[in-house]
Amino acid sequence: MPEREQKRKATTSRTEDVVEELPATSKQGDKLKAELDDLLDEIDEVLEDNAEEFVRSYVQKGGQ
Amino acid sequence: MAVRKVCGIETEYGIILRGGESNPITASSLLINSYVSRLQRKVAWDFEDESPGRDARGFSREGPSAPEIETHLVNAVLTNGARYYVDHAHPEYSTPECADALELVRFDKAGERILAQSIEDACDVLPPGQSIAVYKNNSDRKGNSYGTHENYLMDRAVPFARVVHHVLPHFVSRQIYTGAGKVGSEAPGVTSAEVPFQLTQRADFFEEEVGLETTLKRPLVNTRDEPHCDSLKYRRLHVIVGDANLAEVSTFLKVGTTSLVLAMIEDDELHGLDLSLAHPVAAHRQVSYDLTLRRPLELADGRRMTALEMQWETLDRAKKYAESRGLEAVGAEVGRMVLDRWEAVLTGLEDDPSSLAGQLDWVAKKRMVEAYKERHGLGWNDPKLAALDLQYHDVRPGRSLFARLGMERLTTDAEVVDAMTEPPRSTRAYFRGRCLQRWGSSIAAANWDSLVFDLGTDPLRRVPMMEPLRGTAAHVDSLFETCRTPAQLLEALGST
Repeated sequence: MPEREQKRKATTSRTEDVVEELPATSKQGDKLKAELDDLLDEIDEVLEDNAEEFVRSYVQKGGQ
Repeated sequence: MAVRKVCGIETEYGIILRGGESNPITASSLLINSYVSRLQRKVAWDFEDESPGRDARGFSREGPSAPEIETHLVNAVLTNGARYYVDHAHPEYSTPECADALELVRFDKAGERILAQSIEDACDVLPPGQSIAVYKNNSDRKGNSYGTHENYLMDRAVPFARVVHHVLPHFVSRQIYTGAGKVGSEAPGVTSAEVPFQLTQRADFFEEEVGLETTLKRPLVNTRDEPHCDSLKYRRLHVIVGDANLAEVSTFLKVGTTSLVLAMIEDDELHGLDLSLAHPVAAHRQVSYDLTLRRPLELADGRRMTALEMQWETLDRAKKYAESRGLEAVGAEVGRMVLDRWEAVLTGLEDDPSSLAGQLDWVAKKRMVEAYKERHGLGWNDPKLAALDLQYHDVRPGRSLFARLGMERLTTDAEVVDAMTEPPRSTRAYFRGRCLQRWGSSIAAANWDSLVFDLGTDPLRRVPMMEPLRGTAAHVDSLFETCRTPAQLLEALGST
């Protein structure tokens, strides 16, 4: 999914207008998307194996 | 004239031991001992002058709930002037006193590296199959929160009520650039449909406006009055409301803008600026939950203003302050950097927050989590997104997701590595650090405002350090050049 559409999805209609007016060229957008794709590939490699167990077992005592 | 905004950050890190029974206190002790024992003979912390129960509003909490310090736990002072210890069930790193926001970024990042190095050192002594992971965040996503506390030197003469009046609106509104981001909410009854993502780690946990507590009924403005220096001249504003930041720009702005606001309060340059909120605690949470940054907050005088607008007003005052009074109190050059970055970031937040994904933690995390969510078609409730959130904060370079985002640096690797062992040059931390480097085996104990020497002959000798801006390289480098032994140093200092 193109980067700009992702942005819009996450924000409300009020910021949508602003995003639409962005002067970002499609070249920049493509570069961003490629970077993000690389990042997501990398994340898949390093993400803790069992996400559910990882999140469940991460229990801390409250601190200050 | 405002006093120099000497500053520091204390970070409680999350810790987990895998492959064995995870006792956080044991794991934290092991972690710190592994690091320290490799480096040097450990110098113990001296608790004589600690009084965390004192209240800035002028009264003291007595009785059974007084100091919460557990003196038997691991406690070390490092040669960079920092304190590294076990606090409750967390490893905690307190930076040395720094002279400005940029220096503090370096020493805060040095802390991350010290924790990462400690993990490696601990691996050598852990049984096979066991490992320790450490997270620089503020919650376990189950309602348990641990803190990242900022500290700022202030003039004792400034009425505390004036500090509260101006600093509270800043704490609420600064979240738009200080937040470390969080998937979901831990506030009771708030669903992920209502709050799929929020700006900060900590906003869910604050329930009061002003108070002394740090663990229960947390207040937005903490009143702990424990200056760790000359208490007639100074106070230390203890700020518990912030997040643990990994992004250097976030830390820089968090400390830089707050230092500026406090300097302006001291010089009474915020006179007439009334951004008091009608409902500060609710507003604080509202700002954290509002990803559009557009929802107005109700002010006490009936006006309505967004956090962004509040920040613009404060920045406007700060620019005028720079013109009329100069920025010496926050470091002239660094102060200028703060103003420029502050304006650039507010502009970015107004135009398109996602343009700041290379600078601010919450924006970077949100972008990463959303992209992952889209790619895998996940719901906001999916544990994978919670896992991404946690792993963003992993201090192990091989595991850290933050480290993969290539965010803007304000420091160099060399500077940060240097800050792991070398003290700041422009505060009393310099004297502490240099003494530890040269004569660690003769120092019986250390704390923020004194060093205790054991020369093996006479009684222990305490060197008071009540002025945070004395003991700098400019003050004491010549002493270190002429004194070859700690006895000579004590003689030169006239300590008895």
